[in-house]
Amino acid sequence: MDDGGGNPAVPLSSLPAGAKARLVSVNAGAGLRARLVAMGLRPGVPVTVVHNRGRGPLLVAVQGTRIMLGRGMADKVLVWPLAECPAAGGKPAGSPPADPL
Amino acid sequence: MTDAETNLKGSAAWGGGPPAGRLTVALAGNPNSGKTTLFNNLTGARQKIGNYPGVTVERKEGVCRHGGFRLDIVDLPGTYSLTAYSADELVARDFVIDTHPDVVVDVVDASNLERNLYLAVQLMELGVPMVIALNMSDVADARGASVDLERLSALLGDVPLVRTVGHQGKGTRELLDAAVAVGTGARRLRHVPIPYGREVEEEIAKLAARLEPSAAALAPRAPRWIALKLLESDARVEDRVRAACDDAAEVLAAAEASRRHLAGVFRDDPETVIADRRYGFISGACQEAVRSTIESRHALSDKIDAVLVHPVLGLPIFLGLMYLVFFLTFRLGQYPMAGLEWLVERLRFAVAGLWPTGVEGPLKSLMVDGILGGVGGVLVFLPNILILFLAIAVLEDTGYMARAAFIVDRWMHKIGLHGKSFIPMIIGFGCTVPAILATRVLESRRDRLATMLILPLMSCSARLPIYVLFTGAFFAARWRAPVMWAFYLVGIVAAAALAKTLRATLFRGEAAPFVMELPPYRLPTIQGMLLHVWDRGRMYLRKAGTLILAASVVLWAMTSFPKPPGPPAAGPAPAPGARRAAELEYSVAGRIGKALEPATRPIGFDWRINTALVGAVAAKEVLVAQMGIVYSIGEGPEEVPLQEELRRHYTPLQAVAIMLFCLLGLPCMATAAVTWSESGSWRWMLLQWGGLTAFAYVATLVVYQVGSLLGLGSG
Repeated sequence: MDDGGGNPAVPLSSLPAGAKARLVSVNAGAGLRARLVAMGLRPGVPVTVVHNRGRGPLLVAVQGTRIMLGRGMADKVLVWPLAECPAAGGKPAGSPPADPL
Repeated sequence: MTDAETNLKGSAAWGGGPPAGRLTVALAGNPNSGKTTLFNNLTGARQKIGNYPGVTVERKEGVCRHGGFRLDIVDLPGTYSLTAYSADELVARDFVIDTHPDVVVDVVDASNLERNLYLAVQLMELGVPMVIALNMSDVADARGASVDLERLSALLGDVPLVRTVGHQGKGTRELLDAAVAVGTGARRLRHVPIPYGREVEEEIAKLAARLEPSAAALAPRAPRWIALKLLESDARVEDRVRAACDDAAEVLAAAEASRRHLAGVFRDDPETVIADRRYGFISGACQEAVRSTIESRHALSDKIDAVLVHPVLGLPIFLGLMYLVFFLTFRLGQYPMAGLEWLVERLRFAVAGLWPTGVEGPLKSLMVDGILGGVGGVLVFLPNILILFLAIAVLEDTGYMARAAFIVDRWMHKIGLHGKSFIPMIIGFGCTVPAILATRVLESRRDRLATMLILPLMSCSARLPIYVLFTGAFFAARWRAPVMWAFYLVGIVAAAALAKTLRATLFRGEAAPFVMELPPYRLPTIQGMLLHVWDRGRMYLRKAGTLILAASVVLWAMTSFPKPPGPPAAGPAPAPGARRAAELEYSVAGRIGKALEPATRPIGFDWRINTALVGAVAAKEVLVAQMGIVYSIGEGPEEVPLQEELRRHYTPLQAVAIMLFCLLGLPCMATAAVTWSESGSWRWMLLQWGGLTAFAYVATLVVYQVGSLLGLGSG
């Protein structure tokens, strides 16, 4: 599955801190998916990676909520990275993203 | 439900109005929405905690009086949606559907409105008489959000929207007014259908028609809602359909067909489409009724977290905080503990004084030694436990515990446990009983069981008197604290090793997903924390009042009977202490101790230690008192303090062996009882008890034998 521009969906766990993306799908059972949706992690929603240390759980920001995801879980969440690059010159990694209520 | 159904309260789907004077109010809402604080505001100390039948989920109820009514308020477990994923979400959902509360108050975090409305909208669909509490509205205001209450209320079917600030007790009265108004039917809600789109609506209508004939038997009696849930693949609702419909198989087959049809049309599974439409509805409503400037409610929390959850500093800070917690517990707790010890002694003296001096008898002995000695010894530790629980409550209520779970998850994962497992483990340092109950935070049964099995290895406060006694007797002053710390560490390491082993054997399989919301830091309310502490402390008291009391009596009997034959005719009467020791040797407990000696010699225990351990089976605190009796410590000028006696009879290596065995094995009866009830089977309890005690034996054997070989046994 790709975003029409030829970019494939990637696991959330592969994105560095500060990266923004749009959630595509979650590779999990119906129950867990429903729970994630109810918590705010639904397809199409913009997410921002707040912490990703390469090991251990991730912290993502979703529309005014912060959610911790174990690494295994984050591997199963597929996203399309958004164009904004969190590299040098941009905001420092881990800084709070501005999000609407 | 048709548009014509304007009278939801008292409608057939909802089962009629309340009996005069009383209303049941269910408090629902997302976790971290401030629901519990609101509940505390409404009910204060008038709450009680129990269990929902059949499940190990806590049930919190309380009472409040308002507007001439008595309100029975139930604080439901936090839930994100009416499609339940975990046991406590299911309890919340089932309570609303099956118990028909007169009104449901949905506590919504106003600073996270859209996500919180996901549940509200589902309650609305269910046709529940409802009030929405816009909680934390101070935070929302500070963040620049302004909610047009009237507009939003109208968009959500005229549901009363009440602004509350739980932490300041604001809005409580208006909330109760609204709840009573809706609960009595004085204020009615309007049904607002959520536009799911033509394709979905068609399928809903089809399924609803099939369910119509069985409508009376369905719970809830709302075919449309059931149809919707079937399209969302809700397994529990499918069970309900099977229970209520004669033609369940056909209905479920039709549901499956509908789902496949929709999946084909949308190229996505139906529950995603439905969820999407719900969020779309919410978004639309919020766009109309909420004006916000862009400002994150997490700004301050993020700054704090930059330090507390720092990749390098985070773990040391966490460990430092834990050390501080224990330091405070033991240091501050010493003063009230000394006071309580004094009090218990006075009480024993006073009770002993009820009998004429010199008279010894079974009843006096039972009262003074058995009951007061046993239970008193336990109660003395209450201050320590309360301080520990207070510290933990502070960490939990401020939101730090979630950060800690985030920090430790990586390491917990390595030993096969869940990040959240560490919360019960911390509590286990106070008392294993509430720790086992705290495993309820874990959603996966496997994680719960694994955690329960290793919890007794967290050195609980009952072992403290044992460490104090033996380190005091055998180690120089400057070594005592480090040695005790070493034992705590051994417990932790053993727990990690055992967890890993369990994961590789009994509890194989994929790790449960770690998904947890990280709330912004909050200032906890004093009332909230005190209630929190009382909740846990109460369990310890109950353990003391029941099990330890019973065990003390049984033990007293076992150590007092049978009595040896009368004193020799010639010679002076033996000192009361020495006579007591002789009685102990002759009694049931003494005999057991002697009988076990061959088995315990290899680990360095003689019959006296065995006898004392017989008592410790009930509760570890009892060991010290029993050792006192074994060495005939009593009141009298020539009596030698217990520690000197211990030094005379044992080596430091044996002391270490005793402490090690008590650390690793013999979980107390209270722990066993709670493990049994929480795990649902005596098998797990037996595995815990037997497994840990066997492990303790082997470990002590190794330590003692190796130590002896190395010549550490002398001295």
